[in-house]
Amino acid sequence: MSTEILVFFIFVLSIFLGFELISKVPSMLHTPLMSGTNAIHGIILLGGMLVLADAGNTLAVALGFVAVVFGSANVFGGFMVTDRMLQMFKKKKK
Amino acid sequence: MSSFIALTFIAVAVLFILGIKLLGSPRSARLGNLLAGFGMLVALIATIPLLGSADTSLLQHGWSLNYTLMAVGIVIGLVIGAIGAYSVKMTAMPQMVAAFNGLGGGAAALVGSLEFIRRADSPEGITTFFAITMLFATLIGSLSFSGSIIAFSKLQGYFEKPHTFPGQNILNGLILAVILGLCVYLTGWATTNPTAFVAMFVLALVFGVAMVMPIGGADMPVVISLLNSFTGLAVAADGFTIDNIPMIVAGTLVGSSGTLLTLLMCKAMNRPVTNVLFGAFGSGGGGKAAAEGVAGNVKPIQADEAALLLAYAQQVVIVPGYGMAVAQAQHQVRELSDELGRRGVEVRFAIHPVAGRMPGHMNVLLAEANVPYDQLYEMEAINPSMDRVDVCLVIGANDVVNPAAREEKSSPIYGMPIIEADHAKTVIVMKRSMAKGFAGIENHLFYKDNTRMLFGDAKASLNALIAAVKAT
Repeated sequence: MSTEILVFFIFVLSIFLGFELISKVPSMLHTPLMSGTNAIHGIILLGGMLVLADAGNTLAVALGFVAVVFGSANVFGGFMVTDRMLQMFKKKKK
Repeated sequence: MSSFIALTFIAVAVLFILGIKLLGSPRSARLGNLLAGFGMLVALIATIPLLGSADTSLLQHGWSLNYTLMAVGIVIGLVIGAIGAYSVKMTAMPQMVAAFNGLGGGAAALVGSLEFIRRADSPEGITTFFAITMLFATLIGSLSFSGSIIAFSKLQGYFEKPHTFPGQNILNGLILAVILGLCVYLTGWATTNPTAFVAMFVLALVFGVAMVMPIGGADMPVVISLLNSFTGLAVAADGFTIDNIPMIVAGTLVGSSGTLLTLLMCKAMNRPVTNVLFGAFGSGGGGKAAAEGVAGNVKPIQADEAALLLAYAQQVVIVPGYGMAVAQAQHQVRELSDELGRRGVEVRFAIHPVAGRMPGHMNVLLAEANVPYDQLYEMEAINPSMDRVDVCLVIGANDVVNPAAREEKSSPIYGMPIIEADHAKTVIVMKRSMAKGFAGIENHLFYKDNTRMLFGDAKASLNALIAAVKAT
């Protein structure tokens, strides 16, 4: 089996996994969940870093830099804002 | 890639999966987020040895200007993210998610474009498979970027109403057709034509704007959720392009779970997703016509009298809505509920799945005000006991308690599951005016015999109620 096919295999399994993971979530957690998954796609920061490391000309460096800034804001801001939301979910203190 | 890094990436994938899983339960949600965040940190560190190709590798050739820029960029992003995350008011949370999502989409589009340009210049050229993944990432990422900016602006209240004109869907269809044509051209014929690529990029940005503009503010949760899953897919496509498995796994998980979440939200509103995206809610004639002839009178009530009803009730159900968020009244709501609790009244909160601007928006606000989450009930859980409720206090909610969804076949919200507030013995509706909800239709609840309207700003009215309850 070629590498492309294996990677595609992972992709297809991940689709089903994503559906399974969220299907039993109470609606009260939908906002934190959306915010949490939003932070997870901040992994695009890695992509930004990888292309910036390889960037040869000024335009590519500039665009790669912007991609890193955007990705970094997405990932750090995303996890922080989700944590801020979730730390407020407490049981009744008695 | 060494097998050590490969194993680390498997651990990262497991951390993400566990993180999302734990996010699904109130008890473990915070831990889930921390686990996913930890996974992200591991992924970041494990990527360092992979940076650069043979002659630019960080480990073999050392530091260069690009790495300085990278470090600076990460710090700038961290600062922007931290300021955004810690300064945003809880009521503005949906906008913040939209903004972060837009940034992620923009980054995905840039990564896709840069890889496209780099490979187009390289001697080996681009295979069809990679051309498709890169174009997909660029197209979806940039429309997610511009669409999120519009969603953000709408939620901020810069412009809330749907913007429509005749033939809009046709124009959008045309733009999309041109974009797809350009993609086919770029994949199949002249893979290095920069003009066509830039045109595709710009049109994708325009399409993101054109797609979200006609959608009303009330439907923004659905749009943000959809754009969130779009960004996930764009990130996964980038993962294919640059051969990074954690990006594929993370992006795909977000893409599929986000799609499901979008469908769940539409289901809660009893509307097919196509209707949300292309329907321009309320512009159809049917709903308006039905709204005119509502029987009954509106009966106002003063805070003192409302307080008496509440204080001597046995069971009270509070239905919060977007009005509570606007008035920032969640702390007053908690205070009133505590005060009633001290007097032996059983207070429960009924949360409609689409109350507010995002599903779960009300839960977040009430959690901020320290309302324990076991006092919050979902719609299905509370409706069967609504008949035994003495007072149902509706705070700034509108469409989600409109019995027209049950009674009026011609109503645009007909069939949407609602909280059956009208089944309570008395309903007190707190509202600023008789203005319509986001669906733009008359609320039959306001005209029912057992309904009393307490007009005024939610926060001011609640303060008056609290004072009056304390005095009785």
